[in-house]
Amino acid sequence: MVVRPARGATAVAAVAALSVTAAACSAPGGSSGGGKGRAGSSAVVGIAYEPDTLSPLLGYGKDGNSKIFDGLLTHDADMELKPALAAALPKVSADGRTYTYKLRDGVRFSDGKPFSAKDVVFTYETILDKKTNNASKTELDAVDRVEAKGDDTVVFRLKYAYAPFAERTVLPIAPEHIAGKQDVNTGDFTTKPVGTGPYTLVKWSKGEKLTFEANPRYWGGEPKVRNFTMAIVKDDDVRATRLRSGDLDGAVLPPDLAATFKSDGDKKTYAARTFDYRVVTLPTGNKVAGDTAVRRALDIGVDRKAMVDSILQGAGKEAYGPVPTDSPWFTEGTERTHDLAKAGKILDAAGWKTGKDGIRTRNGVRASFPLWYLTGDKLRQDHALAYASDAKKLGIQIKVESGTWEVIEPRMPKDAVLAGGGSPADPDFDQYTLLKSSLAGDGFNNMARYDNARVDKALDAARRTDDRDRRKAAYDTVQRELVKNPGYTFLTHIDHLYVVGNRFGDLTTQVEPHDHGLASGPWWNVEKWRPAS
Amino acid sequence: MARLTGRRILFVVPVLATVTFGVFAIAAASPFDPVKAYAGSAGLTASQDNLDQLRANLGVDRPLVTRWWDWLTSALRGDLGDSSVLRQPVADVLGERIGWSVLLAATAFLAAVLLGTALGVLAARHQGGWLDRTVSALAYTLEAAPPFWLGLLAVWLFALELGALPAGGLTDTGSTTITAGQVASHLVLPAAVLAVSQLPWFVLYVRQGVGDALEEDPVRGARARGLAPRTVLIGHALRSGLLPVLTLIGSRVPELITGALLVETVFSWPGIAAATVQAATSVDFPLLAALTVLATLAVLLGNLAADLLYGLADPRVGFDG
Repeated sequence: MVVRPARGATAVAAVAALSVTAAACSAPGGSSGGGKGRAGSSAVVGIAYEPDTLSPLLGYGKDGNSKIFDGLLTHDADMELKPALAAALPKVSADGRTYTYKLRDGVRFSDGKPFSAKDVVFTYETILDKKTNNASKTELDAVDRVEAKGDDTVVFRLKYAYAPFAERTVLPIAPEHIAGKQDVNTGDFTTKPVGTGPYTLVKWSKGEKLTFEANPRYWGGEPKVRNFTMAIVKDDDVRATRLRSGDLDGAVLPPDLAATFKSDGDKKTYAARTFDYRVVTLPTGNKVAGDTAVRRALDIGVDRKAMVDSILQGAGKEAYGPVPTDSPWFTEGTERTHDLAKAGKILDAAGWKTGKDGIRTRNGVRASFPLWYLTGDKLRQDHALAYASDAKKLGIQIKVESGTWEVIEPRMPKDAVLAGGGSPADPDFDQYTLLKSSLAGDGFNNMARYDNARVDKALDAARRTDDRDRRKAAYDTVQRELVKNPGYTFLTHIDHLYVVGNRFGDLTTQVEPHDHGLASGPWWNVEKWRPAS
Repeated sequence: MARLTGRRILFVVPVLATVTFGVFAIAAASPFDPVKAYAGSAGLTASQDNLDQLRANLGVDRPLVTRWWDWLTSALRGDLGDSSVLRQPVADVLGERIGWSVLLAATAFLAAVLLGTALGVLAARHQGGWLDRTVSALAYTLEAAPPFWLGLLAVWLFALELGALPAGGLTDTGSTTITAGQVASHLVLPAAVLAVSQLPWFVLYVRQGVGDALEEDPVRGARARGLAPRTVLIGHALRSGLLPVLTLIGSRVPELITGALLVETVFSWPGIAAATVQAATSVDFPLLAALTVLATLAVLLGNLAADLLYGLADPRVGFDG
């Protein structure tokens, strides 16, 4: 056996030759070019989140804006409901239990097949089917049955009057003629979806990017941005670097990295307002955290403004409940003023006496409890540490610890958790699951085991009527009760920051939820962008 | 030789049975909950009913032995089951990804073998010379460097600082098709990092083997007969000096697999590794088991190849192992 000592250069040449021949087996075709000098009709954005599936039947796009699909309804920039696959907003019966949708005429799926009422029925029935592995189906809990009346009318019958139901019907409609012919949980529809939306999926390269092409059949007119790519870049620093190098046209960024683009004349920063809150759960089952005096003291003893200024670098707002202060649903006058002296008085009056080590005790119980946050979530860690240091000034000792959800879950009845959430579409979505006593300990709902009869009553009343003023009054009651007995300490609402190139003109953002879906950011309406070529 | 191969093939069956059962047992004992992993953030607002339904549908509430036996019997019938985390059949997951992993690993391995042999021989020619000292020092340094760290370093230097090569992925971000040229340029960094992480072993082994061979009687005799140093090195010393390397080539497969795992993750290479990491953290039993079988087979094949090659290259070795 004879081996010639290969020189480095030869080896490299061999490697290059090999890689080219090996790659020759993949699909041929022209490349549409790299980042710089990209055509005006294409856009590449960097996101931090990747969906698990692209099938609406398994929960994809349930909050609307899925790009590939349309819902019966959709949200405009102000989060008002607008018809999409429906021709108009639904007719609601007097008892609030029947919703009738008339469908838009002449809509076709991107494969050319017509869309009709049977697709709507198929979608909702499949999601509600016990055999479908959809973790968001709880959101359709109110639905009793869905019926098609002819090709162009769909009727939903509800188990109980549920005022925000129309908000749920933004969920995307799947084609029965494709998705109905395969296994809903693992069929290739989950990776190769077909819908009626403004874009069709070209390819989903998992962990790398989603590539979309404009849908020429789209009922709203063909989008001007013809090629749209979402690059999945989980690391913030890498995303910022790729944006700077021109590889990306836009990206979602944390506040400190977004700030580095301030002086870049070619890019604009957009701060999307959100319902995305960070909160500390104060479990009723804990002798200290469940005590009303301790809860009230913490509620006015934490310095929310300092958290917004230092942790969020100003990109956010103080939070006093699930509803942000700039929402029309917010109850004026429930803002808490940061007041250490008053917080101390509340604790003194309740019999919590400061001991030698500076920690208060009452009847032999030390004012001390653990606070858990999700491992690796720096934002939650910062909030938890700030909260603990504010509590220490009141003589309450909070031990901050981190773990995965598997570790935290069994401890939720007794230990505090730094949690997050927020759904802008309707106040019911957050408040019901956070505060309803019957949901205490149901999965991750009502983590604090909050139990307040007045709040329960108001939550139910607000669901049963679609009279806006009566609903507002009910949610006002809930927010005022949270001042008297805060089962949670709400800390901040967080803005989401996006940096996008100027050539797409002035863009808008919607009010965003806690979850960073694909639809978040200025590209919520990329189908309406008018890029300068 | 056929006997050796036959015996090894018989040996594969109990090994695979044990290994797959081990995977199921470890996954069942892990702190991760497959239902939470499946539900993701939607699980945080789902009702307990909904979560219980998922648990039953995914079949993860059944006893460990039942699950393993079901998986094994259907796998033998050719049905590898469904991956819960990727929402598609396991066979599809493997089909989509394995080619890219093989391309990456083969490129890197070939580069490591060629370059390692060349450097090892150069170092062995003048043991203690400056070239030898440089190469050996470099090899020991690299030996201590974890592949993911090398990967991050390479991304920082070549992609971010110099902008010479793409930082990750299979094709350019804006492109919608896969072309040979793009794949080649995206392959350079991950393959180079993987090759470099495998290099030190080869270099040091070749250096040692060839160095020892140069001291052997037949080689010394050849030199005494006045043959040119080059002839002596290539004609006499290399053959016996490369024997240890031959055995190494097969037995390096496990390191290559773990190295590829880390490198693929760093470079978002759409191969089997990214799927392995996801399968492990979300306790995706069927996918995890299938990937483990593949890795085990690769290791066993590597060992068999090493033994066969050794037997072919050195007549003194019998085929009775």
